[in-house]
Amino acid sequence: MKFYRNHRLFFSAVASLFIFLTVVIAIIPALHNQLSYAPLPGSEPLAGDALKGKAIFVANGCVACHTQQVRNIAMDRTWGNRPSIAADYAGIRRTDIWRNTATLMGTERTGPDLTSIGSRQPSDVWHLLHLYAPRSVVPASIMPAYPWLFEEKSQAAPGDTVVNVPPPFAPADRQVVARPEALQLVAYLLSLKQTPLPDGTASPDFLYAGTAGNETAPAATGTGTGIADGATLYAANCQACHQANGEGLKGAFPPLKGSPIVTDDDPSRILTIIMKGYTSREKEGYPAMPPIGVTNKLTPSQIHSIINHERKSWGNQAREVPLEEVTKILAGIAP
Amino acid sequence: MFSTATIVAQSAPPLWGQPGIVITCILLAIPLAVGLWLLGLKLGAARRPPGSERNASGSSNGAGMLAVDEPHSAAGEPSMAPSSGLIRNVDQSGAIRFIPAKKAALRRPEIHRPLARLILWYLGAATLWLLFGTTIGEYLGIKFVVPDADHLSWLSFGRLRPVHTNAVFWGWASLAMIGLGYYVVARVGNVQLASLKAGWWTFGLMNAAVVLGSIALMAGINNGGGEYREYVWPIMLLFAAGIAIALWNFLATIARRQTSEIYISNWYMVAALMFVITIVLVAYLPFWQDGLGETIIQGYYMHQGVGMWFMMYLLGLTYYFLPQQLNTPIFSYSLGILAFWTQILFYTVIGTHHFVFSSIPWSIQTVAIVGSMGMVIPVVAGTANFLLTFRGAFHKLSGSYTLPFFLVGVVFYFTGSLQGTAEAFRWTNLIWHFTDFTVAHSHLTMYGIITFLLWASIYAVVPRLTGREPPQATVGAHFWMALIGLLFYSIPLMLGGTLRGIAWLDGVPFVDTLTLMAPFWLWRAIGGTLMWLSHGIFAYNMYKMIAGRVRDVAIQGATEGAAN
Repeated sequence: MKFYRNHRLFFSAVASLFIFLTVVIAIIPALHNQLSYAPLPGSEPLAGDALKGKAIFVANGCVACHTQQVRNIAMDRTWGNRPSIAADYAGIRRTDIWRNTATLMGTERTGPDLTSIGSRQPSDVWHLLHLYAPRSVVPASIMPAYPWLFEEKSQAAPGDTVVNVPPPFAPADRQVVARPEALQLVAYLLSLKQTPLPDGTASPDFLYAGTAGNETAPAATGTGTGIADGATLYAANCQACHQANGEGLKGAFPPLKGSPIVTDDDPSRILTIIMKGYTSREKEGYPAMPPIGVTNKLTPSQIHSIINHERKSWGNQAREVPLEEVTKILAGIAP
Repeated sequence: MFSTATIVAQSAPPLWGQPGIVITCILLAIPLAVGLWLLGLKLGAARRPPGSERNASGSSNGAGMLAVDEPHSAAGEPSMAPSSGLIRNVDQSGAIRFIPAKKAALRRPEIHRPLARLILWYLGAATLWLLFGTTIGEYLGIKFVVPDADHLSWLSFGRLRPVHTNAVFWGWASLAMIGLGYYVVARVGNVQLASLKAGWWTFGLMNAAVVLGSIALMAGINNGGGEYREYVWPIMLLFAAGIAIALWNFLATIARRQTSEIYISNWYMVAALMFVITIVLVAYLPFWQDGLGETIIQGYYMHQGVGMWFMMYLLGLTYYFLPQQLNTPIFSYSLGILAFWTQILFYTVIGTHHFVFSSIPWSIQTVAIVGSMGMVIPVVAGTANFLLTFRGAFHKLSGSYTLPFFLVGVVFYFTGSLQGTAEAFRWTNLIWHFTDFTVAHSHLTMYGIITFLLWASIYAVVPRLTGREPPQATVGAHFWMALIGLLFYSIPLMLGGTLRGIAWLDGVPFVDTLTLMAPFWLWRAIGGTLMWLSHGIFAYNMYKMIAGRVRDVAIQGATEGAAN
C-alpha cells in the first residue's frame, strides 16, 4: 500500500491520530475541569507557615507514601467525612515558575491518607515527635525519620520549641529543638482538613458500603463485638498517643494504665475529656488532648466500647459501664 | 501470620469469585510455567548426549561437542561413545561441563565503526544507569525493612524513590532504546545513520538530564509530586531536546532508505519518539494544570510514558531482533498493523484508570476502564505474532543465549499488560489500588517486559558490533537471577497487596496492615537483591563484550557465516 511506503504521509497520520486522541482524552477534560470548579466557600487558601510547610512536604517526597484523596468507597471513610470532590482541589495552582501544580493526590498508601490529618490528629506535639522519631510513637511505623528538621542543643533558648523525646530515641544529654522547617511542616499537616460542603449540598455517597463489615462508622470499626471491638477502635483512635500498652509516652502522653480518671467508677470525667479535650496536665508537660470524640466523629456505642476496653485492659479493673449510661452522660455533654 | 489467615478465610468466597482475581492468577501462572519449562529445557539440554541436538546444523560448536564425554548418559546400554576417545589432548579448560555451549553470534556485514562506537556508548551509559538506578531501588527496598538505615536528607525515602524510577526510565531504558534504535533504523533502511553528530548530541542531552535530575531530586528540588515527572522543566527540557534530535535523526535516515517499505520496527520506534515528545509537552505546559486538571494530565502522562514510549518502542525493537535471532521472518505483517493501530487507539485513553474512584469525572474513569479492556486486542495480536514467529523454532531456545530473554519478555508482555486490564476493573481496583500490588505490576511490566527485551536486544547486537562474545555461564546466571528475582519480588508484593486491600475493606486499623505487610516487604527485598546482583553480572558481561578478549568462536562463526 502506498500509504505505508510514504513516510511523510504515514508518520503524519500516526502523529495526528495520537494528538487528536490526546486533545480529546486529556487536554479538553483537564481544561473543562479547571474552568468548571471553584474552591468551596469557607475553604481557606494556604498561607504563611502552612504554605511553606507544603513546600517541605513536596521537597521530601512525602507523596510517595501518603495520598490526599478520600475515594467514594466505604473503605475510605476512615480518612474523611465525605468523599473528596473536584472543588477540594480547585484552589491549587501552579507552585511557581519552576514547579507544577501539586495536588498531591498520590498513588500509594503505604502510610495513612492525609486528607484530614489536621482533624484526625490535631496534636502538634505528636506530629513533632512523630517527625523526629516515628517509631517512638508508632512502633510498627516504617516512615523515615526527619532529624534534619530538628536540631540538638545542650540548652534550649527561650522561645525554642523543645520536643520531649522518650528515652531510647532521645540524644544523650541534649535537647531536641524543632527548626522552623519542622514547625512549618506541622502547620501544613494541621491545616489539612475537609471543608464542609455548603448548607444544603448533598455529599456524594460512599459506594460499596455493603462489601464488607464496614457499614456505619466514619472512624474505623472493628469486625467483632464487645471488648474486641473496643481494642480495634482503640488502635484506630487512641493508640497513636497512649500506645498499645496503655502506658503513654513519658513526658508526652499520659498513661491510661492505672489512671484514676480511666478507672473512676463514674465515667463522666473520661467521657467529658473524650468529647471536650483536656488541658489540665499541661504543667506536667503533657500537651492538650484534642476532643477526639468530636474530631473523629465517634458514635456513643463506639465510645462505649473504647472506654470499656480501657477500663478492662493492662491490669485496669473497673466495672463495665453499660451503653445506656454512656449515652445518657454523652447527651448531657454539650459538644 | 494468624491475622493474615483469618483475613483470607473471612473474605474467601467473594475474592475467588471475582473475575479480576481469577484472571490475574491465571496470568501469573503463565510466566511461572514458562520459567519452569525453560528450566527443564535447559537441564534437558545439559543432560542430553551430544549429537542429539536438533539444530545440529546450526551449531558452530561441532569441534567442541566431541570434547564432551558423558559416560553415564546411556544408562546401562552399551555406550556408543568410545571409552578411550578418538581425540586426545582435548582442551576442556575453558568449558564448564554442565553449561551447554550456546550458538555464537553470526558475524554480519561490517557495521560502520563510528556508528558501532556511538551505539556502544549508549549501551554502556545505559548499563551504568541501570546499576545506579537499581542500587537506589535496592536500598529503597531495604528501607521498608530497616527504616532507620540512615538519617540523611539526601537519602531519605521520599527523595530517593523518584531518583530510582527516573534513572531507570530516562537513563537505563531510554538510552538503551535509542542506542539500539540507531542500529535498527540504519540496518532496515540499508543506509548509514543520517547524522552521527546528532546522535552524540542526543547522548549528551539525555545523560545530562538524568545526572542533573537525580542531583536535583536528592537536593529536594522536584516538580510537585506527579510520578515520573518529578524532574523540573529545565531538566526535562534537556531530555525532550535530545529526543527531538533523535526523532529528526530517525526520520532523516528513513527518508533516505534504500528499501521501498518502511519496516514495521520503524513505525513503532518513530511513533514512540513522536509520542513521547507530545506527552512531555502536554505534561509540562502549564495551561491545563490547575486543580484536578493536573491529575487528569498526570494520569494521561504516567500511562502514556509507559505505554507509548517504552512499550511502543520495545515492540519495534522486538519486531526486528526476534525474527533476526530466530532466523525466520515475522509471522504476520497484518497482525503487526492491527496491533499498531489498536495500541494507539486504546492505550491513549486509559490513563485515568490510575484514578478510579477519585474525584475525576466518572465518565473519564469509565472510558479509561473500557480502553483497558480494549487493550486485549493489541496485546493478544502482538503476543500471538511473536509466539507464532517462535513456532517451529522453540528448540533453538536451548542453544541460544538471547532467545530466553525474548521469550520471557514476550510472556510478560502478555501477562503484565493483561494484568493491567484486570487491575482496571472497578472491583479489583477497590482492593488493589494504593497497595503494593501496583508496585509489583509496574515491575512485572517495566522489568519483565521492557528490561528483558532490552537485554535480549543488547546481547543480540553487541557481539555483532565488537566481535566478542559474553561468557555464556554469566549470561545464564544473569538470566536466571533476574527472572527468579523478579518473581520473588513481585509475587509476595501482589499477595501482600491483596491481603492489605482486603484488610482495609474489612476496617482493620491501618497500623495493623503495616505489620501484615512486613514479611512481604522482606521477600521483596530478597527478590530485589537477586535482581540487583544480576545487574552486576550483566555489567560484567557488557565489559567482556566490549573490552574482553576476542574469542576464537566468533571468528569461527564468521567463517561459517561466509560458508552458509
